[in-house]
Amino acid sequence: MAAVHGDVHGHGHDDHHPTGIMRWITTTNHKDIGSMYLWFSLTMFFTGGFLAMGIRAELFQPGIQILEPELFNAFTTLHGLIMVFGAIMPAFVGFANWQVPMMIGAPDMAFARMNNWSFWLLPVAASLLIASFFVPGGAAAGGWTFYPPLSTQGGLGVDMMIFAIHILGASSIMGAINIITTILNMRAPGMTLMKMPLFVWTWLITAYLLVLVMPVLAGVVTMLLTDRHFGTSFFNAAGGGDPVMFQHIFWFFGHPEVYIMILPAFGIVSEIIPTFARKPLFGYASMVYATASIAILSCVVWAHHMFTAGMPAVGQLFFMYATMLIAVPTAVKVFNWTATMWRGSMTFETPMLFAIGFIFLFVIGGFSGVICAIVPIDVQVQDTYYVIAHFHYVLVSGALFSLFAGAYYWLPKWTGQMYDETLGKVHFWLSMIFFNVTFFVQHFLGLAGMPRRIPDYALQFADFNMISSIGAFGFGLSQLLFVYIVIKCIRSKEPAPEKPWDGATTLEWTHLPTPAPYHSFEKPPVVK
Amino acid sequence: MANDKKTLSNLTMMKKLLIFSVVMFVFGYAMVPFYEKFCEVTGINNLLQPDKLAKDMEVDTERWVTIEFDANTRGLPWDFKPMQRSVRIHPGEPVEVMYEITNNSEREISGQAIPSYSPRFLDQHLRKFECFCFTKQELKPNEVRQMPVQFVIEPSLPKEIHTVTISYTFFELPAGSSSISEK
Repeated sequence: MAAVHGDVHGHGHDDHHPTGIMRWITTTNHKDIGSMYLWFSLTMFFTGGFLAMGIRAELFQPGIQILEPELFNAFTTLHGLIMVFGAIMPAFVGFANWQVPMMIGAPDMAFARMNNWSFWLLPVAASLLIASFFVPGGAAAGGWTFYPPLSTQGGLGVDMMIFAIHILGASSIMGAINIITTILNMRAPGMTLMKMPLFVWTWLITAYLLVLVMPVLAGVVTMLLTDRHFGTSFFNAAGGGDPVMFQHIFWFFGHPEVYIMILPAFGIVSEIIPTFARKPLFGYASMVYATASIAILSCVVWAHHMFTAGMPAVGQLFFMYATMLIAVPTAVKVFNWTATMWRGSMTFETPMLFAIGFIFLFVIGGFSGVICAIVPIDVQVQDTYYVIAHFHYVLVSGALFSLFAGAYYWLPKWTGQMYDETLGKVHFWLSMIFFNVTFFVQHFLGLAGMPRRIPDYALQFADFNMISSIGAFGFGLSQLLFVYIVIKCIRSKEPAPEKPWDGATTLEWTHLPTPAPYHSFEKPPVVK
Repeated sequence: MANDKKTLSNLTMMKKLLIFSVVMFVFGYAMVPFYEKFCEVTGINNLLQPDKLAKDMEVDTERWVTIEFDANTRGLPWDFKPMQRSVRIHPGEPVEVMYEITNNSEREISGQAIPSYSPRFLDQHLRKFECFCFTKQELKPNEVRQMPVQFVIEPSLPKEIHTVTISYTFFELPAGSSSISEK
């Protein structure tokens, strides 16, 4: 095995770990595992991005040019699954791995060996998903929500998807158990719950949501599997089952899932805004309570995804009002961030730009969410591009922008070198502009009635679709710049300052050198 | 020593969380009977129980409604047809229609019929007190059977509707399985 030249971690003391590939396969270090999670999710981000480019290329003009309808459906399905389960979720787990122990003064995660396992399950699941494109019948093509009867009818690709979801679910549950135990049991002396950085708080609540709903997802895909192969009829009307019941069980998982993807984003932004405004976070306690309320409310709103599936008016009213109620704690958060910036001595480095971009665009996505919550409007925009625009505003300019913000914020701490600030800003502005070019026009397409998941469209939608596709290509290409910036940062010879952000107050900046040593906080710090 | 204690409390926490995950997995399955019970109690999606007839229903002799009958089979070797193609009635009048099924194969087959209506909201105005679709039908080789459906279309049916369609599709039940209504 080729030796790794010039070990970047500078063997200080007893960290005897294998070198080369074995180091990564056997590692139990939270920083190594965090890095693997992040690289994995970046790879998946580009895989899912490739599928998105395929979708937008097909939709560039009306008519069928590039993708046959079946393949187009597989592209939209796998784009959703890969981005949700392969890119966004593992990226946040990567952040949790790197940051949670350092922010609470713990030496590592609670269950280091299980941590290694929960990562290495991911490439297996991802290979299954990608390989399903090449089996007879192709990949699953019934949408990322895999509603029956389509998902009870598909071929081998659907079975591979079901198996992949089982594996991903197991990985997430293990990761969540690890994070909860670490946060509750391994905080440094003096670090009370209400002194924890908000990123740790949001992850604690997210991890509870994960153990709450991931097993339900595992249950519902198991039912799908037994319906497909073992003669049960959970969702088969002919055998007395009910396909609508699938939607209820799926969205019981699915709605908390969208908060699983956004709560850690709130956490990252709540770290970055105070740092660059050089003021403590406004309303810390209300932030914690708002996060908890969002998590609780997220469990009782699921049927707003199925207003058109058939439901008594009383049910529609309940789910409509419950959904609109979520806007209250979310607004508390937005007002707190704004109040934190108010009269702060702000500077606008790349992490701050992405964080502000996050607030601005996430609020747009939040508002379109409230609009979709209104039953009569939802009946109109259900399954149109309006919904696509809505959830890309919360997932791309929400979750993804916060991930970029966090990556720029902590890259100097992780690598010991500074990223290229100019290029970072270019990356932000390109992403900001192309994102809006891609998705803002989709609101208009949706309101005009363009349905989602269809490879062709009526001629009157042509102009906006072309604009959207151009934006998407621009957005996709801009993300290559991010890879370049990260690699340039890792290879850079210039050490970063000990504390590049003078407003940072969390333990990893105040109590640890830059770069963070391979083993940190073996002796817990004392928090006053 | 302190370390051992820490490891122990970590393991206790893991155990609790694992048990919680398993409970949630079971909860996913528990949603199935809960969903069925909920639909039954609230009367949503009620396909298998006979309806009660309102005593004071009046026949609306002012107008006529044509009811068309449709019959299909899905994946089983049966002939299935209504004895009348259509009937013309006043809303509020009880109707009885016979359907006939024939098993064309040399094996015993059970099937269950699932109704569907056009227009879709017809189920809000349809009261069925007898139907072969409430239970499974078991046919010996080459057996022929005639079965009734009895129902009333309530006068609440919107005035602009002059023709409705009632359709049944027979699906095969796996051998030995009970009727879906007994589940």
